[in-house]
Amino acid sequence: MKLTLSWLKEYLETEASVDEIAEGLLGVGLEVDSVVNMAEALSAFTIAKVKEARQHPNADRLRVCDVETANGMVQVVCGAPNARTGMTGVFAPSGTHIPGTGIDLQKAEIRGVESNGMLCSEREMQISDEHDGIIDLDDGFAIGMPAAEALGLDDPVFDIELTPNRPDALGIRGIARDLAAKGLGTLKPLDVEPVAGTFDSPISVSLNFDDPDNSPCPMFVGRYFRGVRNGPSPDWLQRLLRAIGLRPISALVDITNFVTYAYGRPLHVFDADKVHGNIQARLSKPGEKMLALDGKEYEFDDTMTMIADANGPEAIGGVMGGERSGCTEGTVNVFLEAALFDPIRTATTGRKLQLQSDARYRFERGVDPAFVETGAEIGSRLILDLCGGEPSHLVIAGAAPDTTRSYTLRKERVRTLGGIEVPLDEQKRILEALGFGVIQTDTGFDCSVPPWRPDVHGEADLVEEVCRIVGLDKVPNAPMKRSHATTHPVLTRLQRRTSAARRTLATRGLNEAVTWSFLPEEHALLFGGGQPELKLANPISSELSDMRPSLLPNLIAAVARNMARGFLDVGLFEIGQAYAGAAPVDETVRAAGVRRGTTMERHWTGEARPVDAFDAKADAIAALEAAGAPVQSLQVVAGAPGWFHPGRSGTFQLGPQNQIAHFGELHPRVIDALDVKAPLVGFELVLNNIPEPKKAGGASRPALDASDLQAVSRDFAFVLDAGVAADKVARAAKGADKALITHVSVFDLFEGGKAAQALGAGKKSLAIAVTLQPRERTLTDEEIDAVSQKVIAQVEKATGGVLRG
Amino acid sequence: MSATAQLEDLEQELLATVDAAGDETALEAVRVAALGKKGSISELMKGLGGMDADQRKVMGPALNGLKTRIGDAITAKRRGLHDEVLEARLATETIDVTLPARPERMGTVHPVSQVLDEVIQIFGDMGFAVAEGPHIETDFYNFTALNIPEEHPARQEHDTFYFNEREDGSRMVLRTHTSPVQIRTMENQEPPIRIIAPGRTYRCDSDQTHTPMFHQIEGLVLDEETHLGHLKWCLEEFCKAFFEVDDVKMRFRASHFPFTEPSMEVDVGCSWEGGQVKIGAGDDWLEILGSGVVHPNVIAAGGLDPERYQGFAFGMGLDRLAMLKYGIPDLRAFFEADLRWLRHYGFSALDVPTLAGGLTR
Repeated sequence: MKLTLSWLKEYLETEASVDEIAEGLLGVGLEVDSVVNMAEALSAFTIAKVKEARQHPNADRLRVCDVETANGMVQVVCGAPNARTGMTGVFAPSGTHIPGTGIDLQKAEIRGVESNGMLCSEREMQISDEHDGIIDLDDGFAIGMPAAEALGLDDPVFDIELTPNRPDALGIRGIARDLAAKGLGTLKPLDVEPVAGTFDSPISVSLNFDDPDNSPCPMFVGRYFRGVRNGPSPDWLQRLLRAIGLRPISALVDITNFVTYAYGRPLHVFDADKVHGNIQARLSKPGEKMLALDGKEYEFDDTMTMIADANGPEAIGGVMGGERSGCTEGTVNVFLEAALFDPIRTATTGRKLQLQSDARYRFERGVDPAFVETGAEIGSRLILDLCGGEPSHLVIAGAAPDTTRSYTLRKERVRTLGGIEVPLDEQKRILEALGFGVIQTDTGFDCSVPPWRPDVHGEADLVEEVCRIVGLDKVPNAPMKRSHATTHPVLTRLQRRTSAARRTLATRGLNEAVTWSFLPEEHALLFGGGQPELKLANPISSELSDMRPSLLPNLIAAVARNMARGFLDVGLFEIGQAYAGAAPVDETVRAAGVRRGTTMERHWTGEARPVDAFDAKADAIAALEAAGAPVQSLQVVAGAPGWFHPGRSGTFQLGPQNQIAHFGELHPRVIDALDVKAPLVGFELVLNNIPEPKKAGGASRPALDASDLQAVSRDFAFVLDAGVAADKVARAAKGADKALITHVSVFDLFEGGKAAQALGAGKKSLAIAVTLQPRERTLTDEEIDAVSQKVIAQVEKATGGVLRG
Repeated sequence: MSATAQLEDLEQELLATVDAAGDETALEAVRVAALGKKGSISELMKGLGGMDADQRKVMGPALNGLKTRIGDAITAKRRGLHDEVLEARLATETIDVTLPARPERMGTVHPVSQVLDEVIQIFGDMGFAVAEGPHIETDFYNFTALNIPEEHPARQEHDTFYFNEREDGSRMVLRTHTSPVQIRTMENQEPPIRIIAPGRTYRCDSDQTHTPMFHQIEGLVLDEETHLGHLKWCLEEFCKAFFEVDDVKMRFRASHFPFTEPSMEVDVGCSWEGGQVKIGAGDDWLEILGSGVVHPNVIAAGGLDPERYQGFAFGMGLDRLAMLKYGIPDLRAFFEADLRWLRHYGFSALDVPTLAGGLTR
């Protein structure tokens, strides 16, 4: 919403400066986007006269002009076709920044002739797109006069961003009312003398709707004018409209735009000679079409409000008029429309037709229902003043809906809700200035809401009105009470776990990424997603069509993007939600990571090692431990979901029903589909699936149980079937003497072709180190041997292997 | 020549041989020759038994003294020989210290995570718990309960992502703000309530400054007395703590949100220096959040009595906070996972923000 200072002053008696008004608008909640004063931006541009324009000696299309400026005669080389002796134009001296071209003017020699400055076009001054020639003004302007003044641009323009609750501020007079309440002037009374009609309108209006109580168009006021002269509107009106960015069209159309912006009251004018029969407001019929004033044809369904005649729709009610009955220069007889349209239906219609207009913008927010007739009278007066003609009596169909309502504002409520003491007299003054009817009672005020404020629905709104006019900056800060002297923990266990997993993974050389929650359907399908309930109905693009079933695909896609930039070793992780369905319980918080390439860059100390499944396993374990998972009691089983390599992946679980994490190499098909290259490994764990700790437990730790006796370590190598899991060997060894054996580690694995040659087909060798921790006394050789025999026996029994000789 | 004079000669002779020993083997030979079982000193010691008491009184201490001094001389010589050998060896053991150390990769924490941790520190200190809610929401929680009726222009301005219509005609939405968590919290907790609700939010919008997904943080306080003045205090204290400045210039502008009444937008004062924004003072303003007193309809929709309970709510962009505080220029880059960006703008894992230690290093 734009307005100029002078237009505002039509309704507001004020001495306030531009800055004060801007500040005031901001304070009352009418956010000022910008205040532009062209006079300042164009201060270097002044009026000048071309004393003589002659042909350039060396260029056919150029002229050499002797220009009389405020600072004397100046020679300018000009390429404009309309440059001529005796013309009055706009001059910019050397050194001026030309906004339309972005160039700083410099004294120059053009084809051998000196040029000192420029005669400007409107486009060069950035006041319009006009560039057919330089500005050509009436002779009356004095040399040296600021060009902005001569062009009528010396009026500051405010651009206001309005919130949707304030349709009253979609008219400049409504804005003036807020400023007056704020104390920045006095609202001038509205003085509308009804136009006296001299005949009955030959066009009648009917409202044809099934449910008059819920009417799409509850009221229509019309007036017929005979013998008008349409043509360009007068300068003052053109200038007003131009200043706020509207294009003057003709007097009749400009008048409707003027009333729309001045009072927030959209009007429409029909060329009465093109209206066939009477006018009715009705719902559209499916398939009906109309060419609208924007030059586009629209087709309607059965829900839209039409202003129609015998030929069909002539206007889309509350949105836009039709081309067929639109006014032109030749219009002689006019039918003026001031109607009320239902906000929701207008909004829906506009949205369905994808048609925005100044009228729709106002009707969908709510136009003052008590201002229909007044609006028609204001429009009538302007038509008579600017176009002449003879007016009919008003044609009035329907009636304005009753919106009267009042609410109580308790005496203390501004203080207890708004946090500020405002004297009751001042509260009353503010509300009355805003148009509320205020009656003081024992408890406070009974406030009746003015019809132009559809947003006010209760006491809280009244508090808001008082507070915003007083100024929110006046509300004193009030400290909140502390419930405890010191900070108490506020995070849930899951939140703490999430945070610990995040920082742990970052210590492991992985970079945390945040990727979209959505992904393309084909990626969703690769990772078990793509369910219909997880598809967006209106995705931004097909690349972002489905909710992600896993964090891995977007991380892998990010790896691909980084590889394309030349980063071949990439380690990324993400913590966030994945979606298995549309219900809240289907959203799980996960931590996932991927590694691609080598573990470290190449280095002079040794070869770079390609990442493998055990890097992903280590990441998973670190994250699980940080997140408080009982890592010691987790089972590790072979295999993971289908997007992992079937033979090189595993799962951490607490029984098959509670799988907590997967890790391993990604499936080659996935690697291909996501356009990355092996080696690529990853893990993903579901933080929600980690069980709560068994006992709450305090901060206290159990006593340290450390033996003073030295631990003993013994190595064993077993020849095993290649399929025997290392974990099985280690568990069997550990079980051989639960009291003495504190640790078993796997330190060597010999497998593959050479192992088969040495040990027999299908065999491998696995070496473990077993640590014995004596408790009471040093172990004798015999005791150590006895435990060793038990280890061998247990492992052989559990695995079918034999001690390697 | 007296016996003691003989000992002195012997001592001079032995010390000379110790000094002359060129390596450990020679030195050991010297030691054996003097102090070994049949060494010269040992032999003399044996003679002590055959001496009379007076003689022994003189010779005993003299011999023992000699033995000690020779022993010490040998030890000292041995240490010297050791050092020479060591020095000689060390002289050959050099490395090129300019060779690079073994590489280790340092990971990073995303700025959004870091800033969230900072925000939690501050609000946690003010007694706010952290609440969460689902991203896939019902129309009720995302709009209706927040006093945004169907077909209201405010609803259209939300650029909502919808899921396909279900059999019953309803359709789920991707939450357009974190405000649904207000309602879910009210449904599950009697006031007093103090929560912040951070998380992902979604709008069907993508251009230079908008991404279809972004992060918001919601705040909600509900009790029997909290009003607009408390809201202003809370936000001002937050801004001072978050931007780590003693004073922050703030501007509170009346505005409109369907779920608050009165509503206000909040700007912080700032200045631009060399393309970087400095928060706290200056002549420019940056909008950082929307807020207000919770609308009675919202309290009622949450199942609480609006006649009894009141309070405030606010919502701000976490990504935007990160951009402002750390001078990160482009929102879209937050979600591109460009390694160069992650390493440059990311934080060390051990930079855990605390109020006592400071939010930033």
